[in-house]
Amino acid sequence: MAVELELEPKMPNCWDPATKPHKFCPGCGHGLVLKALGQAIDELGIQDRVVFGCDIGCSLLSWDFFNMDTVQTHHGRTTPVLVGVKRANPELIVIAYMGDGGGYAIGSQHLVNAANRNDRITAILCNNTNYAMTGGQMAPTTMPGQKTETTPYGRDVNDQGYPMLGPEMVAAITHEGSYVARGTVSKLRTLKGYLKKALANQIAGRGFSFVEALSTCPTNWRTNAKQTWAFLEEQMQGYFPVGELKVPAELQTAERKEE
Amino acid sequence: MSETSAKPVEGERRAFMTGNEAVCWAALAAGAEIMYGYPITPQNEIMHYWTRNVPKFGKRFLQTEDELSAGFTTVGGVLAGRRAFTATAGPGNVLMQEPLAMAEAMRIPTVVIIQQRGGPSTATVIYSQQEVTLTCFGGNGEGLRIVYSTSSHQELFDYTIKAFNTAWKYRFPTFVLADGYQAKMRESLTIYDPASRGISMVPTEPFLGRPGKIGEGRTAAHLRNTYNIEEELNAVLEKDIADYERYAPEIAEYDSSAPEDCDLLVVTHGVVFRSARMAVRDLTSQGKKIGYFRPITLRPFPEEQFRQAAARARQILVAESAYGQLLKIVQQNLYGSTVPIRTMLKPGVGITPEEITEECSAILAGKEA
Repeated sequence: MAVELELEPKMPNCWDPATKPHKFCPGCGHGLVLKALGQAIDELGIQDRVVFGCDIGCSLLSWDFFNMDTVQTHHGRTTPVLVGVKRANPELIVIAYMGDGGGYAIGSQHLVNAANRNDRITAILCNNTNYAMTGGQMAPTTMPGQKTETTPYGRDVNDQGYPMLGPEMVAAITHEGSYVARGTVSKLRTLKGYLKKALANQIAGRGFSFVEALSTCPTNWRTNAKQTWAFLEEQMQGYFPVGELKVPAELQTAERKEE
Repeated sequence: MSETSAKPVEGERRAFMTGNEAVCWAALAAGAEIMYGYPITPQNEIMHYWTRNVPKFGKRFLQTEDELSAGFTTVGGVLAGRRAFTATAGPGNVLMQEPLAMAEAMRIPTVVIIQQRGGPSTATVIYSQQEVTLTCFGGNGEGLRIVYSTSSHQELFDYTIKAFNTAWKYRFPTFVLADGYQAKMRESLTIYDPASRGISMVPTEPFLGRPGKIGEGRTAAHLRNTYNIEEELNAVLEKDIADYERYAPEIAEYDSSAPEDCDLLVVTHGVVFRSARMAVRDLTSQGKKIGYFRPITLRPFPEEQFRQAAARARQILVAESAYGQLLKIVQQNLYGSTVPIRTMLKPGVGITPEEITEECSAILAGKEA
């Protein structure tokens, strides 16, 4: 007897069902990060006030992902475009969504300076340890020894340096009022909590809010499901510690009250 | 944004100021709301005067980390629906081509003031006309831009106001192209409230963050500059190019004065036009049959009017402070014409009326200098 499935998959309300299933590869973590983000936006009830900006790289595939105002920008330039929007209309809640190449390499000057200026924006960076859209080259976040198209014998830290610790850098240079965290798609509820705080912090007008999300890229890692999850949970989470690096006092107080 | 009711300029008044100051007062008079900028000589004083006026008139300013950011934040400000602008020069203009290519691709009405300095590279901080090609055709695109080349402080004021209206009316990135001489020297001009001259400002509107609930009265905006296939891109470009060509005749501006039997037509733009006009007046008073043509818009170029003027001339002299950047545009617009073109190309240096007079006299006497 055939079983008819009556339940549609549950999507966040701010997603656009017309553009689903999404365009990311099977096993890609972007969809999970954007699910957590969508849930956080739903819970805060801010869909109508959000301007979502996406970078170049795989993140650009999110240009029609949400039923929210969206602008797709250039490689590394999502942060300044969204800073420009926020400075021109502070009523809006702006989200700059980028990959590790966009945030830590070609657009690093924008991340550093927006963080130091304490721009009231929320930047979300998806770390999958490689340039995935262009075919799997080394990224600032590529793990020591990891093979990529431009490190075919593995990343040699003496020659190519160590993986960039983005949240640690942002936490070190930001000032009072900023929120910095690193989450992972292997702990989605925690990641959603970080993203929600990063948005709440912007809404409260406190300061720069930054969340790095550890993500997966089985296509370029050339891994099966088991290997993908092992690389994320063992190698990546071993090098990139998951947790909150900077939480404004008011955000901690609000959290306690909620509990 | 601007809660302060006082108008920056009431009615009109005579002023004696630098070109950079004239640009700032024009932006204020035009109701510009936010400037994003990065320091580079010779445009710095636009920011200096703007920041001094920010609290007085409820304006905003952001000093960015570089010109990439200045251009992209300006794009963001325009997307939020503000009359937003930036200013740059030389190597800054090079960096700014990336954000302005995005503005060109997405029909974002940015306004940028360019005060040309010497090039290539760092070169001089003083003067040139070497950013014509870059400003008209920079970026990985087709040059769907509007470029006003000014020659005086009055024009800097007039065309900075006009640039905001042109940009927002036609939705193409719009430039005011001047130079370090115009930026730094002081001269007299009349500054005015556009309303006092019957000039109304084209209203702005947000591309992102429009009021209202999504699904009830408005849909979500999805703005992009990336396409999946060649035909998809081509369809967008065909439409933008058709728009540009349709609007070009009403945007194009020029100034020309030439006798019917014109022995020599002097073609210049920007501040060099002032020398050319003086030389032409001088030689005309000596009985010479000489005239001038000056494109005010370098993009779109006043093609028809120029071809008509050239058709009545026995020969043409192109004079510019660059090695053939205006010349290339002139040659392209004269395709098919056999009128001889003489040149006076002096990259990176100014050209005096006396030098043009001397060159013209030699050409008219049948012996080139």
